Amino acid sequence: MPAPRTVPVTGWGRTAPTAARLIRPRSYEEAAEAVRTCGARGGIARGLGRAYGDAAQNAGGAVLDMTGLDRIHAIDADTGTLLCDAGVSLHRLMEVLLPLGWFVPVTPGTRYVTVGGAIGADIHGKNHHVSGSFSRHVLSFELLTADGGVHSVGRGTPLFDATCGGMGLTGVILTVTLQLQPVETALMSVDTERAADLDDLLARLSATDHRYRYSVAWIDLLARGVSLGRAVLTRGDHAPLDALPAGSRARRRPLAFRTTRLPAPPPVLPEGLLTRRTVGWFNELWYRKAPRARMGELQPLAAFFHPLDGVPHWNRIYGRGGFVQYQFVVGYGHEDALRRIVARISERRCPSFLAVLKRFGDADPGWLSFPLPGWTLALDIPAGLPGLAAFLDELDEEVAAAGGRVYLAKDSRLRPDLLAAMYPRLDDFRDLRARLDPHGVFVSDLARRLAL
Amino acid sequence: MKDAFGLPQSLLVLGGTSEIALATARRLIARRTRTVWLAGRPSPALDRAAEQLGALGADVRTVAFDALDADSHETVLGKVFAEGDIDLVLLAFGVLGDQAHDEREPSAAVRVAQTNYTGAVSAGLVAARALQTQGHGSLVVLSSVAAERPRRANFIYGSSKAGLDAFAQGLGDALHGTGVHVMVVRPGFVRTKMTAALEEAPLATTPEAVATAIELGLRRRSETVWVPGALRVVMSALRHLPRGVFRRLPI
Repeated sequence: MPAPRTVPVTGWGRTAPTAARLIRPRSYEEAAEAVRTCGARGGIARGLGRAYGDAAQNAGGAVLDMTGLDRIHAIDADTGTLLCDAGVSLHRLMEVLLPLGWFVPVTPGTRYVTVGGAIGADIHGKNHHVSGSFSRHVLSFELLTADGGVHSVGRGTPLFDATCGGMGLTGVILTVTLQLQPVETALMSVDTERAADLDDLLARLSATDHRYRYSVAWIDLLARGVSLGRAVLTRGDHAPLDALPAGSRARRRPLAFRTTRLPAPPPVLPEGLLTRRTVGWFNELWYRKAPRARMGELQPLAAFFHPLDGVPHWNRIYGRGGFVQYQFVVGYGHEDALRRIVARISERRCPSFLAVLKRFGDADPGWLSFPLPGWTLALDIPAGLPGLAAFLDELDEEVAAAGGRVYLAKDSRLRPDLLAAMYPRLDDFRDLRARLDPHGVFVSDLARRLAL
Repeated sequence: MKDAFGLPQSLLVLGGTSEIALATARRLIARRTRTVWLAGRPSPALDRAAEQLGALGADVRTVAFDALDADSHETVLGKVFAEGDIDLVLLAFGVLGDQAHDEREPSAAVRVAQTNYTGAVSAGLVAARALQTQGHGSLVVLSSVAAERPRRANFIYGSSKAGLDAFAQGLGDALHGTGVHVMVVRPGFVRTKMTAALEEAPLATTPEAVATAIELGLRRRSETVWVPGALRVVMSALRHLPRGVFRRLPI
C-alpha cells in the first residue's frame, strides 16, 4: 500500500476543509490494517464524496477511500441478487446490471455514489413512497469493526439498524448483498405536469403519487405571491418493452445504458454567478419550458434520474465559497409547517435552482435513517449568502417543532442540541457505538460536530 | 468542529481581556461556540470576562498565560489542547506602549517588542502545531494597520506589529493545505481602553465591528481582513508614498 498522503478533504458542498491521511485500501486485509493503525484521531470510510457536508471527513485522522474495493463478486440473474464490494458505484452497477435486465432498487439524484455510502446514509430516491430507502433492499453486509474483526450483519439485528443511516460510524462496510429491481428496458416512461402553486402541487402529489413508482417535483422557490411554490412534476416508471416504438434503435437494444457527459466547469469560477437575478431567470425559463401536461414521454434512465451527472464537478458553479444543501422532512399532517418554510425561503429570496419536493412512504428501521412518512424538501444555497447561518437555524426550529428532521448526509451546519429531538433513537446509537467501539476508532468531522 | 460557515464550536483566546477578543467571543457564542478558554495573566478583569461570557451560555474556563514567558507556552497551551479540539485560536494579546517614554527607556520598548512579537511567535508556533495535529482550525492573529508602514508617532508598536504580521503571513503560507487556516486581521484605530488616551484617527472603528469582520472572514476563509475594509485601499496608497512625503503627513 503506498504511503498515505495528508490532504485537505471536503464534502460535495466544498465547505469546511480539514486535513486527513487519505488511505486507499486495495484488499480487505489492507482495510483492516488501516483501521488497526489509524491512530488517536481514528478513521472513517469515504466513497465518492457526494455527502454535501463533513460526513466523510476526519480532521487529523485517517480517511479510507473505499473506491479501490470495487469488485462485483456475483450476480444471480434469475433472482436478482447481487454480491459486491462496498466501493462499487451505482454507475458501475447500472452498466453491468442493465444488460441483464436488472436495475438498482433505489438511486439518488446522482449515480456516482458507492454502495457502502448508500447504506451509510441510507439514501432514498424518487421511489421512496413505494420502495422505501436503500436499506430495505439490502439483504446483508459484512462490516469491519473497530476490533479489526469482520462481522456478517443480517437484517433485523441492532448492528444492521445502527449501520443503515449510521454515517459510517459503526465500521467499514466491505461487501453487500443486495436485492435488485427487474426492468425490461433502460428507458423511462415519464409524465410531466405543472403545478401553479404550492397547494396545487401538494394536491396533485397527494392524489396521484400512488400511480407512479417514481415521483418528484422541481419547485421554484423564488416564485412569489400567487405563484408561490409553483412546480414541475415529473413522475413515471420503467418503460415496458412494448412501449418502445417498433423498429426504433431503442427497441433493437432496449437495455443499452446511454449517458451523456458535458465538459466540466473550470476548477475556479468567480463567486456570484448564482444570484437572485440569474437563478430567477433560470427558474422562470425552467418552469415555462416544461409542458403543462405531457404523458408517457420516453426518457433515458440517466436523464430522468441523474440530470446533474451530465455535468462533472457541477458543484464548482458555486465558486470557492461552496454551497450548503438543506434537506428536511416533516410528517403528513404538518403541511402548515411546510407552507411556512416555503414562504419564508421565498420571502428570503434564496437563490436556489435545485429545489425538489417529494413525498416519503413508510420509514425503514435504521436508527439514524432520515426518511419518515411525510414531505421532504431539498434545496441548494450558496454558502456565502449573508445571514444564511441564522436563517437555517430558524428553519431547523420550525422543522423540529413539527416533529421533522434534517438529513445528516447533507448537513454541514446543524445545531447539535436539536439532533436528539430529530432522531429519537440517537441514544441507542450512541450506546451501541460506545459498546462496539469504546476507543472511538470510527469518527468523522460530522460525528465530532454533532457529538453523534 | 467549524460548520459550513466557518463558525467554531470551541474558542481559545490568547489575551483573555482583550476587548476585541471579547467582542468576538460574544458574537461567536451567539452562534455556535459553546467552549471558551480565556488565557491571560490571572487578574480580576480576566475572571470578570469569564463570568460575562459564561452568562451568555458558554462553558468558559480561564488559564494562566503570560506572553513574555515563552518557555511556558508549550505546557500551558498543551494542557488546553489536551482537553479537546480547539476550532479557533484568537491571538489577541498586545500592548501599545508609550512611544515617547519608550524611546527614552529602551528596556520598556523591548517589552513592547517581546509581548507583541516574540511572545506571539512562540504562542503562534505552539498553537499552529497543535492545530496541525488535529487537522483543522483557524488561527486568527490580531495585527494592526500600524504594521503596514511604520509611522513616526508609534514606530515601536508599529514595528512589533509589522514583525507579527509578517510572521503570521508566513505561517499561513506554511500551513496552507494542512487544514489549518491563518487569518491576519488589521484593524485601524479601535476605540478601546487601550486607546482611550489617544486622539482618534480617521476611519476609527469599534471592537464589535472587528468581531463582525472576523466572523465574515471565517466564513470566507479570508487570509487578510482590514477593519474597516476601506483601510485596505487607504493603506495601499500610503504604503506607496515616498518617504519624504509620508514623513510630513500629519498622522
